Amino acid sequence: MIQTNGLTKQLGGRTVVSNVTFRCEPGTVTGFLGPNGAGKTTTMRMLVGLSEPDSGTARILGGRYRDLPNPGRRVGILLDASAQHAGRRGREALAVSAHTMGVPAQRVDALLELVGLDETAARRRVGKYSLGMRQRLGFAHALLGDPEVLILDEPANGLDPQGMRWMRGLLRNFADRGGTVLLSSHLLAEVEAVADRMMIIGGGRIQAQGTRAELLTESRTIVEADDLAGLDAAMHRGGLATHPADGDRRLVEAEPEVVARAAMADGVVLRRLAPAEDAGLERLFFELTTGGASPQSPQTDSIHPELAGATA
Amino acid sequence: MSTTTLTAPIRVNTAGVHARPGLGRLVAVELRKMVDTRAGFRLQVAMVALTVVVVVVRLLVGDAAHHTFQSVLDAGLQPSAVLLPVLGILLVTSEWSQRTGLITFALVPVRSRLLGAKLIASLLLAVAMLAMSITVVAAGVLVASPGVEATWSDAAPLIGQSAVNLTAGMVVGVALGAILLASAPAIVLLFALPASWMAVVSLPVFSGVAPWTDYARALGQMTEKVMSATQWAHAGTSLTIWMVLPLLIGAWRITRREIAS
Repeated sequence: MIQTNGLTKQLGGRTVVSNVTFRCEPGTVTGFLGPNGAGKTTTMRMLVGLSEPDSGTARILGGRYRDLPNPGRRVGILLDASAQHAGRRGREALAVSAHTMGVPAQRVDALLELVGLDETAARRRVGKYSLGMRQRLGFAHALLGDPEVLILDEPANGLDPQGMRWMRGLLRNFADRGGTVLLSSHLLAEVEAVADRMMIIGGGRIQAQGTRAELLTESRTIVEADDLAGLDAAMHRGGLATHPADGDRRLVEAEPEVVARAAMADGVVLRRLAPAEDAGLERLFFELTTGGASPQSPQTDSIHPELAGATA
Repeated sequence: MSTTTLTAPIRVNTAGVHARPGLGRLVAVELRKMVDTRAGFRLQVAMVALTVVVVVVRLLVGDAAHHTFQSVLDAGLQPSAVLLPVLGILLVTSEWSQRTGLITFALVPVRSRLLGAKLIASLLLAVAMLAMSITVVAAGVLVASPGVEATWSDAAPLIGQSAVNLTAGMVVGVALGAILLASAPAIVLLFALPASWMAVVSLPVFSGVAPWTDYARALGQMTEKVMSATQWAHAGTSLTIWMVLPLLIGAWRITRREIAS
């Protein structure tokens, strides 16, 4: 389990992490989502004692990370796959850490196999690795101590689609066995596919968190009609906010049923009526992480009252 | 990639999970790190090779009658004396320049323990290099000029002084590395600082303090001849300034600094 309370950190006079509070439960995968520079990495460094928070606390498995006697055996970390000695061979990079945490050397080979680094790759120096290979080595490193918690910063970086699917399976399986996973990404699609819960961070603050369903309490509907003017008028009369969408469609901020009723009241024929959840989540992510620059942000604020002021 | 999934439940308390890695293990890991990278390995090969070359050349030139253990030792120790501090610097700075600190300090969050392990490991390496140098020097003397009178005079105190020389140099390297946390500036400083200091204290005004603060001279004389009590006092004050003080500053830096490279 991971729990933070009001984590705050200033670096170079700028507040990079501000009052970050969250909780990751065993058996779940939590996605930590935000654009580059939003404070994800700094938050993760504070979790594992590499960076000292100015205020607030971070607890892992019930205590401070640095109080864990042998942290590598309980918490697997991948903060930066490129943070390996370029002149060290792949297998040796794992073996050094295995030696430190007292893990048998055979486990190194087992993990190299698990992440798909063959004998040739294991014997090469890490400096010659591609980003994808480093990422796999990083996964092997995070899993080396057979941990209960995984903290992964941008783990999908450099993985091909096959590797991403493999990673998702691995994390799902880890969580289903009772592990706790926190992974960060700046890409919504990567997190969405595997995370049970999501936290969206922007400008150092948690802008929203919850399950996918919780984040999408508002639903949006994609509508197509031959008479677009009539549709707009009908939606306007029904008090439904309407936005132009690709291909002469309209994005209406309401449940499909509400849209259908409003259209019927005006006798507008609909050609298509579909929930637009993905677009909604993507838009939410965009709005929350770009400081409320979007013209629709007042409505978002009223829909997510807990976020009011967060984007200011 | 393997599609194997692990089916065992997330572990409930296996042995070793709650045992803090002992200092001995940390020292062993640090020693391992000194030789398992290309740079570290080559530096040590270079130290051995240069020692052999220097001793052979030293024995080939000059009068064989002067080839006592004492006269060859001074030359034979130079490769280790010059390169060991560089290795000490790299042992600390590579955690930043190669960014392995993200892993190292995550596995060993109590940073003072890690610095302690690095110090002990570097001292062990210095002793190993001392043994190597003395073996090469002794073998060379035995082969090149057997039977020279008083060949082995003062061997014991000279070996002791050489041990102080190499270990002190090594600790200075670790300390400079810990202060600067960057390889290139630390290596430059390692060589530039004693020379600059020597230039400053060579001014007549400083003639009184010069011997008490000149670290290069203090270390240099250790491999030349058996030192007097006054010389030991000079060495003591110089090493306090150039070794102990930097080490304290470096330790303070490492335990507080963000590991964010």
